[in-house]
Amino acid sequence: MAYLTIDNIQLSAISACVPKNRESNKDYDWISEKERELLIKTTGIEFRRIAPRHITTSDMCFASAEAIINELQINREEIEILLFVSQSPDYFLPATSIILQDRLGLNKSTMAFDIQLGCSGYVYGLSVISNLMNSGKFKKGLLLVGDKSSFSPSRKDKSTYPIFGDAGTATLLEYNPSAKKMDFNLQSDGSGHKAIIIPDGGMRNSYSEESDKMVEVGPGIIRNRKNLELDGIEVFNFSLREAVPNISNLLKYNSTEVSHYHFFIFHQANKLMNESIRKKLKIESEKVPYSLQKFGNTSSASIPLTLVTELSSELKDKELNVLFSAFGVGLSWASVSLMLKNVICLPLIEIE
Amino acid sequence: MNITEFIKNIETEIDEFEDGSLRPDTNLRQTKAWTSMHALILIALIDTEYNVTINGEDLRSITSIEDLFNIVKERVED
Repeated sequence: MAYLTIDNIQLSAISACVPKNRESNKDYDWISEKERELLIKTTGIEFRRIAPRHITTSDMCFASAEAIINELQINREEIEILLFVSQSPDYFLPATSIILQDRLGLNKSTMAFDIQLGCSGYVYGLSVISNLMNSGKFKKGLLLVGDKSSFSPSRKDKSTYPIFGDAGTATLLEYNPSAKKMDFNLQSDGSGHKAIIIPDGGMRNSYSEESDKMVEVGPGIIRNRKNLELDGIEVFNFSLREAVPNISNLLKYNSTEVSHYHFFIFHQANKLMNESIRKKLKIESEKVPYSLQKFGNTSSASIPLTLVTELSSELKDKELNVLFSAFGVGLSWASVSLMLKNVICLPLIEIE
Repeated sequence: MNITEFIKNIETEIDEFEDGSLRPDTNLRQTKAWTSMHALILIALIDTEYNVTINGEDLRSITSIEDLFNIVKERVED
Protein backbone atom coordinates (compact mmCIF):
# COMPACT_ATOMS: atom_id res chain seq x y z
CA MET A 1 0.00 0.00 0.00
CA ALA A 2 1.39 3.39 -0.98
CA TYR A 3 0.85 5.24 2.27
CA LEU A 4 2.82 8.41 2.78
CA THR A 5 3.14 10.87 5.66
CA ILE A 6 4.62 14.27 4.92
CA ASP A 7 5.60 16.83 7.55
CA ASN A 8 6.38 20.54 7.52
CA ILE A 9 4.25 21.61 4.57
CA GLN A 10 1.45 24.09 4.93
CA LEU A 11 -1.27 24.68 2.36
CA SER A 12 -1.55 28.49 2.44
CA ALA A 13 -3.72 29.72 -0.41
CA ILE A 14 -5.91 28.52 -3.27
CA SER A 15 -7.17 30.31 -6.33
CA ALA A 16 -9.34 29.02 -9.19
CA CYS A 17 -10.17 30.28 -12.64
CA VAL A 18 -12.92 29.28 -15.08
CA PRO A 19 -13.92 30.55 -18.52
CA LYS A 20 -16.69 33.15 -18.47
CA ASN A 21 -18.55 31.23 -21.16
CA ARG A 22 -21.24 29.10 -19.54
CA GLU A 23 -23.27 26.27 -21.06
CA SER A 24 -26.42 24.86 -19.53
CA ASN A 25 -27.39 21.22 -19.80
CA LYS A 26 -30.96 22.48 -20.13
CA ASP A 27 -29.93 23.64 -23.62
CA TYR A 28 -28.25 20.35 -24.60
CA ASP A 29 -30.63 19.56 -27.44
CA TRP A 30 -28.82 16.41 -28.64
CA ILE A 31 -31.07 14.55 -26.16
CA SER A 32 -34.79 14.93 -25.39
CA GLU A 33 -36.04 17.34 -22.75
CA LYS A 34 -36.99 14.42 -20.51
CA GLU A 35 -33.52 12.94 -20.78
CA ARG A 36 -31.99 16.32 -20.04
CA GLU A 37 -34.02 16.59 -16.83
CA LEU A 38 -33.01 13.10 -15.77
CA LEU A 39 -29.37 13.86 -16.60
CA ILE A 40 -29.34 17.03 -14.49
CA LYS A 41 -31.12 15.33 -11.61
CA THR A 42 -28.92 12.24 -11.61
CA THR A 43 -25.50 13.75 -12.31
CA GLY A 44 -26.22 16.96 -10.41
CA ILE A 45 -24.64 18.87 -13.29
CA GLU A 46 -26.58 21.84 -14.62
CA PHE A 47 -23.95 24.32 -15.84
CA ARG A 48 -20.48 23.92 -17.27
CA ARG A 49 -17.83 26.49 -18.14
CA ILE A 50 -16.45 25.99 -21.63
CA ALA A 51 -13.23 27.67 -22.71
CA PRO A 52 -13.11 29.28 -26.17
CA ARG A 53 -10.43 28.07 -28.56
CA HIS A 54 -7.80 30.60 -27.48
CA ILE A 55 -7.92 29.79 -23.73
CA THR A 56 -5.84 26.86 -22.50
CA THR A 57 -5.59 25.13 -19.14
CA SER A 58 -2.29 26.90 -18.54
CA ASP A 59 -3.97 30.29 -19.11
CA MET A 60 -6.43 29.53 -16.32
CA CYS A 61 -3.68 28.23 -14.04
CA PHE A 62 -1.57 31.28 -14.85
CA ALA A 63 -4.40 33.66 -13.90
CA SER A 64 -4.90 31.75 -10.64
CA ALA A 65 -1.19 31.80 -9.79
CA GLU A 66 -0.83 35.52 -10.61
CA ALA A 67 -3.77 36.28 -8.31
CA ILE A 68 -2.12 34.46 -5.40
CA ILE A 69 1.28 36.09 -5.99
CA ASN A 70 -0.23 39.57 -6.24
CA GLU A 71 -2.84 39.33 -3.48
CA LEU A 72 -0.49 37.77 -0.96
CA GLN A 73 2.48 39.82 -2.16
CA ILE A 74 4.60 36.74 -2.62
CA ASN A 75 8.24 37.23 -3.47
CA ARG A 76 8.60 35.34 -6.76
CA GLU A 77 12.23 34.52 -5.85
CA GLU A 78 10.96 32.33 -3.01
CA ILE A 79 9.00 30.00 -5.30
CA GLU A 80 11.38 27.09 -5.75
CA ILE A 81 9.11 24.52 -7.36
CA LEU A 82 6.27 24.62 -9.86
CA LEU A 83 4.23 21.56 -10.71
CA PHE A 84 1.64 21.48 -13.50
CA VAL A 85 -0.84 18.59 -13.33
CA SER A 86 -3.02 18.24 -16.42
CA GLN A 87 -4.07 16.09 -19.37
CA SER A 88 -4.53 19.12 -21.62
CA PRO A 89 -1.03 20.61 -21.98
CA ASP A 90 -0.15 23.54 -24.27
CA TYR A 91 2.01 21.34 -26.52
CA PHE A 92 3.03 17.71 -26.97
CA LEU A 93 6.38 19.11 -25.89
CA PRO A 94 7.90 20.97 -24.09
CA ALA A 95 6.24 20.55 -20.70
CA THR A 96 3.76 23.33 -19.86
CA SER A 97 5.18 23.83 -16.33
CA ILE A 98 8.41 25.16 -17.83
CA ILE A 99 6.57 27.69 -19.99
CA LEU A 100 4.68 28.76 -16.87
CA GLN A 101 7.94 29.21 -14.93
CA ASP A 102 8.96 31.87 -17.43
CA ARG A 103 5.52 33.40 -17.84
CA LEU A 104 5.16 33.82 -14.07
CA GLY A 105 8.58 35.47 -13.91
CA LEU A 106 10.02 32.82 -11.62
CA ASN A 107 13.71 32.34 -11.06
CA LYS A 108 15.69 29.94 -13.25
CA SER A 109 16.55 28.07 -10.07
CA THR A 110 12.91 26.90 -9.96
CA MET A 111 12.31 23.19 -10.36
CA ALA A 112 9.44 22.63 -12.83
CA PHE A 113 7.81 19.59 -14.40
CA ASP A 114 4.43 18.19 -15.48
CA ILE A 115 2.44 15.26 -14.15
CA GLN A 116 -0.03 13.70 -16.58
CA LEU A 117 -3.02 12.72 -14.44
CA GLY A 118 -6.71 13.61 -14.53
CA CYS A 119 -9.33 13.15 -11.81
CA SER A 120 -6.84 11.96 -9.17
CA GLY A 121 -4.31 14.67 -10.10
CA TYR A 122 -4.80 17.13 -7.27
CA VAL A 123 -4.12 14.58 -4.54
CA TYR A 124 -1.23 12.99 -6.45
CA GLY A 125 0.23 16.44 -7.22
CA LEU A 126 -0.06 17.47 -3.60
CA SER A 127 1.85 14.37 -2.49
CA VAL A 128 4.69 14.96 -4.97
CA ILE A 129 5.17 18.69 -4.43
CA SER A 130 4.88 18.42 -0.64
CA ASN A 131 7.39 15.60 -0.47
CA LEU A 132 9.93 17.45 -2.63
CA MET A 133 9.43 20.68 -0.70
CA ASN A 134 9.96 18.86 2.57
CA SER A 135 13.12 17.13 1.29
CA GLY A 136 14.63 20.34 -0.07
CA LYS A 137 13.19 22.70 2.57
CA PHE A 138 11.85 24.76 -0.35
CA LYS A 139 10.33 28.00 0.96
CA LYS A 140 7.38 28.08 -1.42
CA GLY A 141 5.86 25.98 -4.16
CA LEU A 142 3.06 26.32 -6.70
CA LEU A 143 0.80 23.42 -7.56
CA LEU A 144 -1.05 24.30 -10.78
CA VAL A 145 -3.83 21.87 -11.58
CA GLY A 146 -6.65 21.71 -14.10
CA ASP A 147 -7.97 20.71 -17.48
CA LYS A 148 -9.66 22.04 -20.56
CA SER A 149 -11.64 18.81 -20.75
CA SER A 150 -14.00 20.31 -23.33
CA PHE A 151 -11.39 19.86 -26.07
CA SER A 152 -12.16 16.19 -26.62
CA PRO A 153 -15.79 15.06 -26.19
CA SER A 154 -18.09 14.77 -29.19
CA ARG A 155 -21.18 16.96 -28.83
CA LYS A 156 -23.15 13.97 -30.08
CA ASP A 157 -22.01 11.81 -27.15
CA LYS A 158 -24.43 12.11 -24.26
CA SER A 159 -22.17 10.01 -22.04
CA THR A 160 -19.35 12.59 -22.06
CA TYR A 161 -20.34 15.98 -23.50
CA PRO A 162 -22.74 17.15 -20.72
CA ILE A 163 -20.44 16.00 -17.91
CA PHE A 164 -17.21 17.98 -18.19
CA GLY A 165 -16.36 21.62 -17.54
CA ASP A 166 -13.08 23.54 -17.80
CA ALA A 167 -11.09 25.02 -14.91
CA GLY A 168 -7.52 25.81 -13.86
CA THR A 169 -6.33 26.33 -10.29
CA ALA A 170 -3.30 27.31 -8.24
CA THR A 171 -2.37 26.19 -4.72
CA LEU A 172 0.42 27.84 -2.73
CA LEU A 173 2.37 25.59 -0.39
CA GLU A 174 4.94 26.75 2.14
CA TYR A 175 7.64 25.11 4.21
CA ASN A 176 6.66 25.54 7.84
CA PRO A 177 8.06 23.28 10.61
CA SER A 178 4.93 23.86 12.71
CA ALA A 179 2.59 22.63 9.97
CA LYS A 180 0.60 19.49 10.78
CA LYS A 181 1.37 16.31 8.83
CA MET A 182 -0.45 15.15 5.72
CA ASP A 183 -1.32 11.45 5.30
CA PHE A 184 -1.80 10.00 1.83
CA ASN A 185 -3.07 6.75 0.35
CA LEU A 186 -2.26 6.57 -3.39
CA GLN A 187 -3.33 3.78 -5.77
CA SER A 188 -3.60 2.78 -9.44
CA ASP A 189 -5.03 0.04 -11.70
CA GLY A 190 -4.03 0.18 -15.34
CA SER A 191 -6.18 -2.84 -16.22
CA GLY A 192 -8.99 -0.29 -16.42
CA HIS A 193 -7.19 2.13 -18.71
CA LYS A 194 -9.81 1.75 -21.46
CA ALA A 195 -12.66 2.86 -19.19
CA ILE A 196 -11.82 6.55 -19.82
CA ILE A 197 -9.67 7.07 -22.89
CA ILE A 198 -8.96 9.18 -25.96
CA PRO A 199 -7.84 6.30 -28.21
CA ASP A 200 -6.04 8.08 -31.06
CA GLY A 201 -3.37 10.74 -31.29
CA GLY A 202 -0.68 9.31 -29.03
CA MET A 203 2.12 6.95 -30.00
CA ARG A 204 0.03 3.78 -29.52
CA ASN A 205 -2.52 4.81 -32.18
CA SER A 206 -1.22 7.75 -34.14
CA TYR A 207 -3.69 9.78 -36.22
CA SER A 208 -5.00 8.13 -39.36
CA GLU A 209 -8.01 8.57 -41.61
CA GLU A 210 -9.85 6.21 -39.29
CA SER A 211 -9.40 8.65 -36.40
CA ASP A 212 -11.88 11.14 -37.86
CA LYS A 213 -14.59 8.66 -38.75
CA MET A 214 -17.77 9.35 -36.76
CA VAL A 215 -19.30 6.09 -35.51
CA GLU A 216 -22.61 5.47 -33.76
CA VAL A 217 -21.63 3.23 -30.86
CA GLY A 218 -24.95 3.28 -29.02
CA PRO A 219 -28.11 5.32 -28.48
CA GLY A 220 -27.14 8.99 -28.28
CA ILE A 221 -23.46 8.27 -28.76
CA ILE A 222 -21.76 9.27 -32.03
CA ARG A 223 -18.03 9.92 -31.82
CA ASN A 224 -14.66 9.39 -33.46
CA ARG A 225 -11.39 8.04 -32.13
CA LYS A 226 -10.04 11.48 -31.27
CA ASN A 227 -12.98 12.00 -28.92
CA LEU A 228 -13.08 11.07 -25.26
CA GLU A 229 -14.67 7.68 -24.54
CA LEU A 230 -16.17 6.93 -21.16
CA ASP A 231 -17.61 3.61 -20.01
CA GLY A 232 -20.08 4.94 -17.45
CA ILE A 233 -20.90 1.62 -15.80
CA GLU A 234 -17.25 0.54 -15.52
CA VAL A 235 -16.19 3.86 -14.01
CA PHE A 236 -19.15 3.89 -11.68
CA ASN A 237 -18.42 0.41 -10.36
CA PHE A 238 -14.72 1.16 -10.06
CA SER A 239 -15.40 4.21 -7.93
CA LEU A 240 -17.79 2.38 -5.61
CA ARG A 241 -15.40 -0.57 -5.36
CA GLU A 242 -12.16 1.36 -4.78
CA ALA A 243 -12.80 4.83 -3.36
CA VAL A 244 -14.53 3.57 -0.24
CA PRO A 245 -11.79 1.12 0.92
CA ASN A 246 -9.09 3.63 -0.09
CA ILE A 247 -10.59 6.12 2.37
CA SER A 248 -11.33 3.51 5.08
CA ASN A 249 -7.74 2.26 4.87
CA LEU A 250 -6.37 5.79 5.14
CA LEU A 251 -8.46 6.29 8.28
CA LYS A 252 -7.01 3.07 9.69
CA TYR A 253 -3.48 4.14 8.71
CA ASN A 254 -3.68 7.46 10.55
CA SER A 255 -6.00 6.21 13.34
CA THR A 256 -8.84 8.61 12.70
CA GLU A 257 -12.57 8.16 12.21
CA VAL A 258 -15.14 9.83 10.00
CA SER A 259 -16.18 12.00 12.95
CA HIS A 260 -12.65 13.51 13.14
CA TYR A 261 -13.21 15.39 9.88
CA HIS A 262 -15.07 18.64 9.35
CA PHE A 263 -15.29 18.14 5.60
CA PHE A 264 -14.75 15.49 2.95
CA ILE A 265 -14.01 17.03 -0.41
CA PHE A 266 -14.52 14.52 -3.18
CA HIS A 267 -13.51 14.79 -6.79
CA GLN A 268 -16.68 16.14 -8.42
CA ALA A 269 -17.45 13.14 -10.64
CA ASN A 270 -21.22 13.08 -10.58
CA LYS A 271 -23.80 13.34 -7.86
CA LEU A 272 -25.09 9.77 -8.00
CA MET A 273 -21.58 8.36 -7.65
CA ASN A 274 -20.41 10.75 -4.95
CA GLU A 275 -23.58 10.32 -2.93
CA SER A 276 -23.23 6.52 -3.10
CA ILE A 277 -19.67 6.82 -1.76
CA ARG A 278 -20.79 9.25 0.94
CA LYS A 279 -23.58 6.93 2.09
CA LYS A 280 -21.32 3.86 2.14
CA LEU A 281 -18.88 5.70 4.40
CA LYS A 282 -21.77 6.99 6.55
CA ILE A 283 -20.72 10.62 6.21
CA GLU A 284 -23.29 13.31 7.02
CA SER A 285 -24.38 15.19 3.90
CA GLU A 286 -23.44 18.63 5.32
CA LYS A 287 -19.81 17.50 5.44
CA VAL A 288 -19.66 16.89 1.70
CA PRO A 289 -19.73 20.07 -0.40
CA TYR A 290 -20.50 20.13 -4.13
CA SER A 291 -19.56 22.51 -6.92
CA LEU A 292 -20.89 20.10 -9.56
CA GLN A 293 -24.15 21.90 -10.22
CA LYS A 294 -22.36 25.07 -11.31
CA PHE A 295 -19.22 23.72 -12.99
CA GLY A 296 -19.68 20.01 -13.83
CA ASN A 297 -16.84 17.54 -13.54
CA THR A 298 -13.72 19.71 -13.77
CA SER A 299 -11.19 16.85 -13.72
CA SER A 300 -8.19 17.48 -11.44
CA ALA A 301 -9.38 21.03 -10.69
CA SER A 302 -12.53 19.86 -8.96
CA ILE A 303 -11.20 19.71 -5.38
CA PRO A 304 -9.50 23.15 -5.29
CA LEU A 305 -12.45 24.64 -7.23
CA THR A 306 -14.88 23.24 -4.64
CA LEU A 307 -12.76 24.64 -1.80
CA VAL A 308 -12.75 28.10 -3.43
CA THR A 309 -16.43 28.23 -4.34
CA GLU A 310 -18.02 26.34 -1.45
CA LEU A 311 -15.74 26.59 1.59
CA SER A 312 -13.79 29.84 1.39
CA SER A 313 -15.45 31.49 4.39
CA GLU A 314 -15.09 28.34 6.51
CA LEU A 315 -11.41 28.03 5.62
CA LYS A 316 -10.51 31.64 6.29
CA ASP A 317 -10.28 31.70 10.05
CA LYS A 318 -10.73 28.14 11.23
CA GLU A 319 -8.70 25.04 11.76
CA LEU A 320 -10.37 22.28 9.81
CA ASN A 321 -9.60 18.61 9.54
CA VAL A 322 -10.36 17.65 5.98
CA LEU A 323 -10.03 14.65 3.70
CA PHE A 324 -9.68 14.98 -0.06
CA SER A 325 -10.46 11.96 -2.20
CA ALA A 326 -10.18 11.71 -5.97
CA PHE A 327 -10.76 8.85 -8.39
CA GLY A 328 -11.02 8.30 -12.13
CA VAL A 329 -9.07 8.14 -15.38
CA GLY A 330 -6.10 5.76 -15.30
CA LEU A 331 -7.61 4.19 -13.38
CA SER A 332 -6.01 6.17 -10.60
CA TRP A 333 -7.24 7.13 -7.17
CA ALA A 334 -5.91 8.72 -4.00
CA SER A 335 -6.91 10.33 -0.71
CA VAL A 336 -5.21 12.70 1.68
CA SER A 337 -6.00 13.64 5.24
CA LEU A 338 -4.75 17.06 6.36
CA MET A 339 -5.42 20.01 8.60
CA LEU A 340 -6.21 23.32 6.94
CA LYS A 341 -5.52 26.42 9.00
CA ASN A 342 -6.27 29.97 7.87
CA VAL A 343 -6.23 29.06 4.20
CA ILE A 344 -6.81 32.03 1.94
CA CYS A 345 -9.21 31.26 -0.89
CA LEU A 346 -9.26 34.05 -3.43
CA PRO A 347 -12.51 34.94 -5.22
CA LEU A 348 -13.21 32.87 -8.33
CA ILE A 349 -11.60 34.35 -11.45
CA GLU A 350 -13.41 34.38 -14.80
CA ILE A 351 -11.55 34.94 -18.06
CA GLU A 352 -12.72 35.28 -21.66
CA MET B 1 -34.93 -10.48 0.50
CA ASN B 2 -37.95 -10.99 -1.72
CA ILE B 3 -38.81 -9.90 -5.21
CA THR B 4 -41.81 -7.74 -4.24
CA GLU B 5 -39.60 -5.57 -2.05
CA PHE B 6 -36.93 -5.55 -4.75
CA ILE B 7 -39.40 -4.24 -7.34
CA LYS B 8 -40.75 -1.68 -4.89
CA ASN B 9 -37.23 -0.36 -4.36
CA ILE B 10 -36.78 0.08 -8.11
CA GLU B 11 -40.14 1.87 -8.42
CA THR B 12 -39.25 4.18 -5.54
CA GLU B 13 -35.79 4.99 -6.85
CA ILE B 14 -36.67 5.49 -10.51
CA ASP B 15 -39.37 8.15 -10.86
CA GLU B 16 -40.20 7.08 -14.40
CA PHE B 17 -41.64 3.81 -13.08
CA GLU B 18 -44.89 4.34 -11.23
CA ASP B 19 -45.86 2.17 -8.27
CA GLY B 20 -47.21 -1.14 -9.48
CA SER B 21 -45.99 -0.66 -13.05
CA LEU B 22 -43.24 -3.29 -12.87
CA ARG B 23 -43.61 -7.08 -12.74
CA PRO B 24 -41.06 -9.86 -12.23
CA ASP B 25 -41.12 -10.59 -15.97
CA THR B 26 -40.69 -6.92 -17.03
CA ASN B 27 -37.67 -6.39 -19.27
CA LEU B 28 -36.44 -3.04 -17.98
CA ARG B 29 -34.39 -2.25 -21.07
CA GLN B 30 -37.45 -2.62 -23.26
CA THR B 31 -39.63 -0.29 -21.23
CA LYS B 32 -40.39 3.04 -22.87
CA ALA B 33 -38.78 5.09 -20.11
CA TRP B 34 -35.45 3.21 -19.99
CA THR B 35 -32.21 5.10 -20.76
CA SER B 36 -28.54 4.39 -20.03
CA MET B 37 -28.81 6.74 -17.04
CA HIS B 38 -31.26 4.32 -15.43
CA ALA B 39 -28.59 1.61 -15.54
CA LEU B 40 -26.41 3.75 -13.27
CA ILE B 41 -29.31 4.54 -10.93
CA LEU B 42 -30.10 0.83 -10.71
CA ILE B 43 -26.46 -0.09 -10.00
CA ALA B 44 -26.26 2.58 -7.27
CA LEU B 45 -29.51 1.34 -5.74
CA ILE B 46 -28.38 -2.28 -5.64
CA ASP B 47 -24.99 -1.28 -4.25
CA THR B 48 -26.48 0.87 -1.48
CA GLU B 49 -29.38 -1.44 -0.56
CA TYR B 50 -27.76 -4.87 -0.95
CA ASN B 51 -24.02 -4.14 -1.07
CA VAL B 52 -23.85 -6.07 -4.34
CA THR B 53 -22.00 -4.98 -7.49
CA ILE B 54 -23.79 -5.31 -10.82
CA ASN B 55 -21.66 -4.85 -13.93
CA GLY B 56 -22.41 -4.03 -17.56
CA GLU B 57 -22.26 -7.71 -18.53
CA ASP B 58 -24.91 -8.59 -15.93
CA LEU B 59 -27.24 -5.92 -17.29
CA ARG B 60 -26.74 -7.12 -20.86
CA SER B 61 -27.40 -10.75 -19.89
CA ILE B 62 -30.74 -10.28 -18.11
CA THR B 63 -34.13 -10.26 -19.81
CA SER B 64 -36.33 -9.68 -16.75
CA ILE B 65 -36.35 -8.13 -13.30
CA GLU B 66 -36.47 -11.66 -11.93
CA ASP B 67 -33.13 -12.46 -13.63
CA LEU B 68 -31.61 -9.40 -11.98
CA PHE B 69 -33.15 -10.30 -8.64
CA ASN B 70 -31.62 -13.78 -8.87
CA ILE B 71 -28.15 -12.36 -9.57
CA VAL B 72 -28.43 -10.03 -6.57
CA LYS B 73 -29.80 -12.78 -4.35
CA GLU B 74 -26.99 -15.14 -5.30
CA ARG B 75 -24.34 -12.51 -4.51
CA VAL B 76 -25.96 -11.50 -1.21
CA GLU B 77 -25.81 -15.16 -0.16
CA ASP B 78 -22.13 -15.41 -1.10
